[in-house]
Amino acid sequence: MSEPTVTEKEFNIDTVEHASTTPDTDLPWAALGLKSDEYDRIVKILGRRPTAAELAMYSVMWSEHCSYKSSKVHLRQFGEKVTEEMKKDLMVGIGENAGVTNLGDGWAVTFKIESHNHPSFVEPYQGAATGVGGIVRDIISMGARPVAVMDPLRFGDIDHPDTKRVLPGVVSGIGGYGNSLGLPNIGGEVVFDSVYQDNPLVNALAVGVMRHEDIRLANASGVGNKVVLFGARTGGDGIGGASVLASESFDDSKPSKRPAVQVGDPFAEKVLIECCLELFHAELVEGIQDLGAAGISCATSELASNGEGGMHVELTKVLLRDPTLTPGEILMSESQERMMAVVTPANAAEFERVMAKWEVEYSWLGEVTDTGRLIIEWDGETIVDVDPRTVAHDGPVYERPYHRPEWQDALQADTFRSSAAGANLPGTAQELGGAVVDLMTSPNMADVSWITDQFDRFVGGNTALSQPDDSGVIRVDEETGLGVGLSTDANARYAYLDPYAGAQLALAESYRNVATSGAIPMAVSDCLNFGSPEDPEVMWQFAEAVRGLADGCQELGVPVTGGNVSLYNQTAGRAIHPTPVVGVLGKFDDVARRTPSGFERWADGQAIYLLGTTGDELDGSEFARGRDHLGGLPPKVDLKAEKMLGEILINASRDGMIDAAHDLSEGGLAAGLAEMALRFGVGARVAVDGICERDGVDPFTALFSESQARALVALPRSEELRFTDMTSARGFPALRIGVVDASSGDLEVAGPYQGGSFTLGLDELREAWSAVIPSRFATLGEATEAIRQEK
Amino acid sequence: MSTETPLIGDFHAAPAANPLGGARIGVVTFPGTLDDRDAARAVRLGGGTAVPLWHADESLQNVDAIVLPGGFSYGDYLRAGAIARFAPMMNKIIAAATAASGTRLPVLGICNGFQMLTESHLLPGSMVKNDHLKFLCRDQVLRVENTSTPWTSQFTEDELIAVPLKNQDGQYLADPATLEALEAEGRVVFRYVGENPNGSRNGIAGVTNETHNVVGLMPHPEHAVEAGYGPDDATGMRSGTDGLTIFTSVIASLAGGAQ
Repeated sequence: MSEPTVTEKEFNIDTVEHASTTPDTDLPWAALGLKSDEYDRIVKILGRRPTAAELAMYSVMWSEHCSYKSSKVHLRQFGEKVTEEMKKDLMVGIGENAGVTNLGDGWAVTFKIESHNHPSFVEPYQGAATGVGGIVRDIISMGARPVAVMDPLRFGDIDHPDTKRVLPGVVSGIGGYGNSLGLPNIGGEVVFDSVYQDNPLVNALAVGVMRHEDIRLANASGVGNKVVLFGARTGGDGIGGASVLASESFDDSKPSKRPAVQVGDPFAEKVLIECCLELFHAELVEGIQDLGAAGISCATSELASNGEGGMHVELTKVLLRDPTLTPGEILMSESQERMMAVVTPANAAEFERVMAKWEVEYSWLGEVTDTGRLIIEWDGETIVDVDPRTVAHDGPVYERPYHRPEWQDALQADTFRSSAAGANLPGTAQELGGAVVDLMTSPNMADVSWITDQFDRFVGGNTALSQPDDSGVIRVDEETGLGVGLSTDANARYAYLDPYAGAQLALAESYRNVATSGAIPMAVSDCLNFGSPEDPEVMWQFAEAVRGLADGCQELGVPVTGGNVSLYNQTAGRAIHPTPVVGVLGKFDDVARRTPSGFERWADGQAIYLLGTTGDELDGSEFARGRDHLGGLPPKVDLKAEKMLGEILINASRDGMIDAAHDLSEGGLAAGLAEMALRFGVGARVAVDGICERDGVDPFTALFSESQARALVALPRSEELRFTDMTSARGFPALRIGVVDASSGDLEVAGPYQGGSFTLGLDELREAWSAVIPSRFATLGEATEAIRQEK
Repeated sequence: MSTETPLIGDFHAAPAANPLGGARIGVVTFPGTLDDRDAARAVRLGGGTAVPLWHADESLQNVDAIVLPGGFSYGDYLRAGAIARFAPMMNKIIAAATAASGTRLPVLGICNGFQMLTESHLLPGSMVKNDHLKFLCRDQVLRVENTSTPWTSQFTEDELIAVPLKNQDGQYLADPATLEALEAEGRVVFRYVGENPNGSRNGIAGVTNETHNVVGLMPHPEHAVEAGYGPDDATGMRSGTDGLTIFTSVIASLAGGAQ
């Protein structure tokens, strides 16, 4: 197949020279998402009107998605509120493709969460797939081998017809892409809420590991070094995706801008991973950057401005899938599975050898200069001549107005107890038992294995824990067992009631999950999903959430190492609940010490302890959700208690005192007990009398309150004394509430209520619990069922 | 050209020092192969020396046996295994596995490797998409029905083993005559126990060739070789290591001379 030569292309090239002589030409800056003052600023920076290609670059790089123009002034707190102590293990901070944390023994770990929300609504399979692809390339760009992924997912109402379109597509997209990369999927979240009906949240986390010497940064250094683009060819997919698709709401009043979702090729990405690792290993690249949002515009301007400050590129050298693309389209295309690297002339031949081995296409685009200008030519004519910093870093920064919504007071005054939903609460043994079943078979507490069984959790042979345990655990060093634990959490209902507290509660839960599995929390990555920043009430939610998260990280001593902001998650003026998803990464000296989240069969007779105290905190709870109530104040945040609980759980794991641990969060003690029993189908006999007596709460509250800083643990009787010595030395409340009972297959809960106790058969509970999701997203088609019957 | 597998699960970790360490087992990497490091680890834990082989090379490097690991070679964009089957390394393997004289090379194909073996006609039948049309990952119980192959010699007849299953195209198909022959000749090596996970004919999970040196298996024994990282079993979470017997079997078979 012969390439059309440049001269065969039929379009006018808007050169810099041409732009200088035609100052009055109208450009479609508004259609590209720029505001008039932003356009004026570009003209001022350049001292002339931009060329079409320059306009394309500025428009994508100055979009909300790429420039963080609305969020920047708030995000600064993540840097400002970091102490020296918190920085001690931080090797690369915010600002690079992903932060890097020192794991010790010469190992480093990098992780990050990103969103791919809007594309996943438009085209669920490709949107979710390319979300995985994008975050994995960020990890590769740091020089790391990606070792696992996780997916925090939020969908509309489980029974809404559109959820049946979105969820199966998203799930198979994540599986189709992630499984093909050989990355175990080790956890995530699945939440259903009608607030996400037209704005599902598809966030993706990737984690990678590397030796210290392998850390790579995105900068173009060394004048005369060559710039190379490699991987997939550049096509017409995702053009304008960055500025248009990912930043504008799907408001019916605006023209549809939907057909711009990128298309993924996981095979190309897998080859790219191995090929990049071979390049790193042989020390063949000086700087590297993945091509994500804003494609070549982003890669060239960021590489150049982070390095010597100049770059010279010939755009006709870009290999194309679609030969009709214009220069502006080539600059904006978000075709997947591409990387840009800087290579010394001496290494060029060896670089080409590696490309040939992996059969990866590449083209040399130009070189690094010290001119301080990013010059892009089209067949020898200059079409871009800019200071790359003005594109990559000096985008607009907005101090968006914000204020506390007027309805916030009324919302917070509408407590569960004072509402109609808070009347007629279950009180007898029978009613409470029924309420536990109702809770566990509600969409948000149901078994998600229909979803997670579509993901490979084994590949790599280093997965020590994965869903449904509290965190995903990956071994990094086979010799020593050194490894990491990861969890992602958010409770948007809490954040809606109080965004400051809600963000801290997300952090607290993620921190608690990591500690519950035995890892020492080290670093945070966040994905902040909110509505439109142009709405002052949404902006207030955002500002409060960021402030809460930054303060919380400071108090817990874990730095934010990177993350992502997704705004404009709203349709027809209706915003999602503020959803600050927080990922915490922790460290294990030896992952063999990881603590599973359920009672194992051999643990018969072990003692079950509840750590922490229970208050009357039903506002925003899962129980309240079951009665369609959302109001009041979220559970109280107590980060000192969280930290102490974490220490107890980590020490207990390290010293081999406990054999199971599970944090209490959504659904409270009731859900915690049920999940621990369902994990391996091993029952328990428990009594809540002691909780009611000590904490002065009724049995219903003991079971369903969502008070924070609590966890359940199971331990051999021989360890009880040592364990309670440890908790009492710290003054942390620990109460023995029951024993593991492997013989009965039941969860029996006694308490000071009529009937004395209720018993839930685990087989029966499992059947109902695990049917909730498959029953909605029909597994086998009728035809397949018929064939099976025949066989 | 050797295959680099840096960092985790390094192929080139020090060979196990043990009396059977002389068994050299090649693990072939194709573009899109995913479980090569896992297979190499399984060989190592089984007591052998894993030799990384690259699909485009032509030398078998005097290996004593071959593992074709799982993954999505060439993305499975055509039929699974259909492109990989034409790799230069595959031609060498086919020749060595079907040699008219001398010892025939033992070959194990796992998942995508099994698909390559059917595409190469070293094994009968074919694999299509799971009947429920989804990727499925779960712990799977299998029955070992043939212990006369070098890969299964240390199992007992009808032994039940647990190994992870994870695939998209795992539904084994063959025409009735072939199925009948496989059953009559005892060439069904592994069969699914319990609910058929993908609609495979006769619940077949793995088969062997007429000379029993080539075995294909859809589930993943290399993910059940190390306590803590395998499937759940009676002794606890992720404790299953039943898959290791496949690797110790072949190493023992090689050490014991020709079968």
